[in-house]
Amino acid sequence: MIAPLLAVSDLRVGAKPDIRAVDGVSFSMAPGEILALVGESGSGKTATARAVIGLLPPGLAVTGGRIAFAGAPLTPATLRPLRGPGIGMVFQEPMTSLNPALPIGVQMAEGLALHTRLRGAEIAAACRAMLDRVGIADPTACLRAFPHEFSGGMRQRIMLASVMLLRPRLLIADEPTTALDTLTQAEVLDLMVGLTREQGSAVLLITHNLGLVARYADRALVMRRGRVIEEGAARALLAAPREPYTRALVDALPRRGPPAIPRPPSEPLLRAEALAVDFAGRRRFFARGRAVQAVRGVDLAVHAGESVALVGGSGSGKTTLGRAMLRLVPASGGRVLFRGQDITAVRGAALLPFRLACQIVFQDPYSSLDPRMRIAEIVDEPLRLVPGLGAAERARRTDAMLDAVGLAEFGRRHPHELSGGQRQRVAIARALVREPAFVMADEPVSALDMTIQKQILTLLRDLQRARGFACLFISHDLAAVGEIADRVVVMQEGRIVEEGSRDAVFDAPRHAYTRALLDAAPRLEALVA
Amino acid sequence: MTLRLNLVLGGLLLAAVAGTAATASVWTPFNPVAVNLRRRLAAPTDPYWLGTDEFGRDVLSRLMVGASTGLTVALVTVLVAMALGITIGLLAGFFRGWTDRALMALNDALLAFPGILFALGLLTVIGPSKWGIVLALGLAYAPAVARVVRGSVLSLREREFVEASRALGNSEAYTLWRHVAPNCVSPLTVLATSMFGWVILSESALSFLGLGVPPPAPTWGNMLAAARPYLETATWLSIAPGVMIALSLLGTNLLGDALRDILDPRT
Repeated sequence: MIAPLLAVSDLRVGAKPDIRAVDGVSFSMAPGEILALVGESGSGKTATARAVIGLLPPGLAVTGGRIAFAGAPLTPATLRPLRGPGIGMVFQEPMTSLNPALPIGVQMAEGLALHTRLRGAEIAAACRAMLDRVGIADPTACLRAFPHEFSGGMRQRIMLASVMLLRPRLLIADEPTTALDTLTQAEVLDLMVGLTREQGSAVLLITHNLGLVARYADRALVMRRGRVIEEGAARALLAAPREPYTRALVDALPRRGPPAIPRPPSEPLLRAEALAVDFAGRRRFFARGRAVQAVRGVDLAVHAGESVALVGGSGSGKTTLGRAMLRLVPASGGRVLFRGQDITAVRGAALLPFRLACQIVFQDPYSSLDPRMRIAEIVDEPLRLVPGLGAAERARRTDAMLDAVGLAEFGRRHPHELSGGQRQRVAIARALVREPAFVMADEPVSALDMTIQKQILTLLRDLQRARGFACLFISHDLAAVGEIADRVVVMQEGRIVEEGSRDAVFDAPRHAYTRALLDAAPRLEALVA
Repeated sequence: MTLRLNLVLGGLLLAAVAGTAATASVWTPFNPVAVNLRRRLAAPTDPYWLGTDEFGRDVLSRLMVGASTGLTVALVTVLVAMALGITIGLLAGFFRGWTDRALMALNDALLAFPGILFALGLLTVIGPSKWGIVLALGLAYAPAVARVVRGSVLSLREREFVEASRALGNSEAYTLWRHVAPNCVSPLTVLATSMFGWVILSESALSFLGLGVPPPAPTWGNMLAAARPYLETATWLSIAPGVMIALSLLGTNLLGDALRDILDPRT
């Protein structure tokens, strides 16, 4: 057997007085191996990885165990020269992990200047070659550019490039693509795995997404509450999980729901006709930048009781289209029809019947609830505008709604006392308490853990069956969509490129973009087959 | 809830100052404006517990009446500055566009002008009086409040719960009142209490320059100003109002921190 590159034994990480983030974790990694560390929020996976590279957040400290890298124990003194050429790290949040005040070239050069004998022009040449390798179109211009000029996916490529420049023997990737859409996620991860294979680096991939594990990892460790509860070859582990928790994680992977019940043709409930939305360009010193055409003349109809998924990558215009249909952003062209009536220009009190009938669930449950209100107040607030509703009736409906989303006991609490999944339940309750005919859900689960995603999707589907509202489900993740949608609409660059029943789109995609989205979505059926 | 030391201590300090002020309205040991030249600059002894000033007036009595004037001026000034600043900040931040540009241009013009200079100018025109000071200092401090409020509103209005309120069909005014304004409270409580301190200091400075509450009515500021020539010979004249100012500031700051914590549902 080859000597392990990284050997962790009985690692303990904790905070005073009695918090054990990592509670006796042991594992080893062979050179060049890709090991996935899987678990949900709070499982200790990030703390384990950060203990290895010595970057624990303030308050947490290693309280026991040993970490050895290439046979030598890691201590604060031996760790510093190893950071970079020995162990590199890619962080989760591409929007904040590059310094916004420095050009890309300066940030990339730092590591090379510190750890190699390369100087000046040699460093620039090495940076350009690496940027070219990660698919940056114009490396020379990129070196002079600042981070804000790049999208999240591009920044993560740049981050990867600057880490891989030093040819680390171990790359720690902490949820490197969680903030990216499915398509970009697949591109960045393919690139990362390709690069590390070329250089022979081992990868410690931290993720909550089992789909990625099957696709990219050789081996996987499943963590829960600071302990490793299951370990094995990645695919075997997913195909035949031994522990109930691992099984729950595997079961949480989205599966295609039952086929849609055919419904008689009806007048559309909400309809967009040639709807266009432009955003004015950025104001510069003497002129305006180019206007952004987010939505370019889209026709979309949602019928009563139907569940439509609007799918596309970041910047495809799907969210803007949804908000324009709900009259939350102004349309710059086209019409929105509600029950056959043009409501594009309706304002003020005349819009109330539309507002009463159409609701929205937002992506980020941490930002969509007023932190100063109690849960019952948040759910009760929409009823304020329903004509002729007494206080007793309002209280009854609020209680019934909270009960329906499984939060009967939570009325007196504030949002910060709830978990992400519970908050999203509150958001759903707020949207449904007026019994709307139409609900738009904008990436309602993408900020949540896998098992919680499953619960929220199931809740939405059950409530939809019971109450019969129409739902426009906006998502970048085709797999999650398959679970809930009757019909799928695919958007790219502000236009609809494909539209059809879910099974037709999934089984026989016609447009290349749809095919790319489907390939990128981690679906269990395809992965363990 | 655990016992909050800053709440108890701040509350006690302010209660003591307020109690002193309240007592002064019904009783003082001596007439605070009665001149007695034979007893001028007497050191603290019975019956003048805090000594007498350069006109032989009892320092304790003057201090008590000064507490009443000082607290009234500070409190009303802070209220005026807050009311003005909050209104401007909320409107500018929430509605953006021309409202924002017009209000902020005015606001920045005021901010660019030193507050005390602005107050001085205004007082020169309208003449020194208690309510003149309130108006002048209120106007001088309002722009700072407006800035803070506008900043909070700008970040709050991008939050999804504000958009959710619109999607519910709530009017802009209701959204502003119910969802935006309450979330500005935390930074404002701290600002309001610090401002309480600044106002007491500014009032002293104005008195020092002869534009404060006109003599012979005592305020801590004009007592401090009058004590300056006797700093070496009659120290008690400066120490007494100085200690009162310091204690009131300490009290308001402690109370402000405690209030911020209590008003924040997250703690």
